[in-house]
Amino acid sequence: MKILVPVKRVIDYNVKPRVKADGTGVDLANVKMSMNPFDEIAVEEAIRLKEKGLASEIVVISIGPAKSQETLRSALAMGADRAILVATEDQAEPLAVAKIVKAVADEETPGLIITGKQAIDDDSNQTGQMIAALLGCGQGTFANAISVEGEAVTVTREIDGGLETVKLALPAVITADLRLNEPRYASLPSIMKAKSKPLTTKSPADYGVDTTPRLKTLKVSEPPMRSGGVKVADVDALVAKLAELGVA
Amino acid sequence: MTRTLVWVEHDGASIKDATLSAVTAAAQLGEVHALVAGHNIDGVADEAARITGVARVLKAEGAAYAHGLPENIAPLIAGLLADHDAFLAPATTTGKNIAPRVAALMDVAQISEILSVEGPKTFTRPIYAGNAIATVESSDARLVITVRGTAFAKADPTGGEAPVESVAGPGDAGLSSYQGADIAKNERPELTSAKIVVSGGRALKDAETFAATITPLADRLGAAIGASRAAVDAGYVPNDYQVGQTGKIVAPQVYIAIGISGAIQHLAGMKDSKTIIAINKDEDAPIFQIADIGLVADLFTAVPELAAKV
Ligand SMILES: Cc1cc2nc3c(=O)[nH]c(=O)nc-3n(C[C@H](O)[C@H](O)[C@H](O)COP(=O)(O)OP(=O)(O)OC[C@H]3O[C@@H](n4cnc5c(N)ncnc54)[C@H](O)[C@@H]3O)c2cc1C
Ligand SMILES: Nc1ncnc2c1ncn2[C@@H]1O[C@H](COP(=O)(O)O)[C@@H](O)[C@H]1O
Repeated sequence: MKILVPVKRVIDYNVKPRVKADGTGVDLANVKMSMNPFDEIAVEEAIRLKEKGLASEIVVISIGPAKSQETLRSALAMGADRAILVATEDQAEPLAVAKIVKAVADEETPGLIITGKQAIDDDSNQTGQMIAALLGCGQGTFANAISVEGEAVTVTREIDGGLETVKLALPAVITADLRLNEPRYASLPSIMKAKSKPLTTKSPADYGVDTTPRLKTLKVSEPPMRSGGVKVADVDALVAKLAELGVA
Repeated sequence: MTRTLVWVEHDGASIKDATLSAVTAAAQLGEVHALVAGHNIDGVADEAARITGVARVLKAEGAAYAHGLPENIAPLIAGLLADHDAFLAPATTTGKNIAPRVAALMDVAQISEILSVEGPKTFTRPIYAGNAIATVESSDARLVITVRGTAFAKADPTGGEAPVESVAGPGDAGLSSYQGADIAKNERPELTSAKIVVSGGRALKDAETFAATITPLADRLGAAIGASRAAVDAGYVPNDYQVGQTGKIVAPQVYIAIGISGAIQHLAGMKDSKTIIAINKDEDAPIFQIADIGLVADLFTAVPELAAKV
């Protein structure tokens, strides 16, 4: 079974995003970029399935600017086998990304597609579900644990009330939540080796997909700012404050 | 007249509060129809009919719809959207699971976690862990939206008397099956609708220490309990306690962060709380930059003392 993992290049999660003064977006000039943390978890899960002998090949795909190659190389260094860059300067929305991944899946026929649950830049939490819809297959979102047996995958999902388990026929789409695994660090030799792993570059047009955004961003603004208040000296002063608030 | 279809989130017995916020958002767009899907849901449908602002309840009865399986429910909703201009779901894990599948079936770009309705097709939504707010306008013929519960007032759950009508969908798609759930029974107020939330972080050491330290204070205040990702990852508390960018979004009257540093991913889930209180032994912890009231102290002495004095 082949596994397809879409990975996105995003602002590094340690960086505090700043809104551009002209209100057109978030300033990404000279900002550290990394693989979306959830996508690292997705790649790791694919590698573990391969290590268990349940997967034969891991193909990673990224839709975005040429620099997304770096993200793909990181995934190859972790242990993916092959990469596809679908180069576009458009901010591809989840729906367009899903259409491209669907087209790639039609060619590659993976048994599983593992995405991150959410990209930490647009915070959409849509793409995996959309891929599943377009492929007409099952979706195991917010996965906390998965197990592949024969022609099915059992997925334990993180839901609002706790955990839930569903069983899906393969092929299926999984979206990785934080506690699915802890991604490995790539070793130096594997980083070197990743440089010679195959990376193909395509365009959205190769898959007949139009990446023009459907949502027009009219404005991006700062959220209401909070500022620090007072520090109290001791617990008694805190109790007094709570009493003022009417909670104690 | 714009017609909206709202996903009613329920557990088979009663409607979840998040639905009421979605009804409020939908009412700002047009007439509200509420979809109740599941098995043995007459009681829930009647409850939905009483929500003020709901004009019609559509009831989809069937075992295939019982556990919110998106493979079965999204085609049902896509069918109903022939008669509706917008689908809105609360931004719960169920809503987030179903809505994008509906959007893709309809070839619509979904708008996630809206904070406000600015016009018939214009909305605000948080991006970058809430460090920026985008105003977006849809160019699609239909809208598919998830609604952030803390951003909209809850519709009155009583006072309405909408007619209930049965609808049918394609049923079981044969792609997925529900195997079971591990839902902890919780006698406390629900995290996302509690007036007071007491949250603990990595500093709480382990599950026993977390319980022994945080629970007495929460009990005294009648508060819900939350946690940082670090506390959940380390197994102090279950996953559904996590507050943050990728956990629950809360906005209580009072949020008390104990032994939590204040990473942006945590702040994303609680910075709209009315009053934020932080207890941390590091006076430079980032949480103090947004806390209204801060106490620099060792939590293991301060929290028991606080629990005894409130
Ligand atoms: C993709 C992604 C998503 C994430 N999503 C979330 C999310 O949804 N929610 C979330 O919370 N995090 C999330 N995180 C994690 C986040 O980045 C932080 O790692 C996490 O919030 C830290 O938790 P903490 O504050 O409990 O731990 P720490 O950062 O380790 O802070 C512990 C604090 O306790 C204080 N302390 C220690 N001992 C004592 C004592 N005896 N008395 C008083 N204070 C003490 C320390 O001074 C410190 O400030 C996410 C991260 C990523 C990469
Ligand atoms: N441009 C992209 N290229 C590759 N994968 C993507 C892209 N955008 C989203 N994804 C995948 O979809 C997941 C969810 O993203 P989103 O729906 O944008 O929150 C991510 O974690 C990735 O796995």
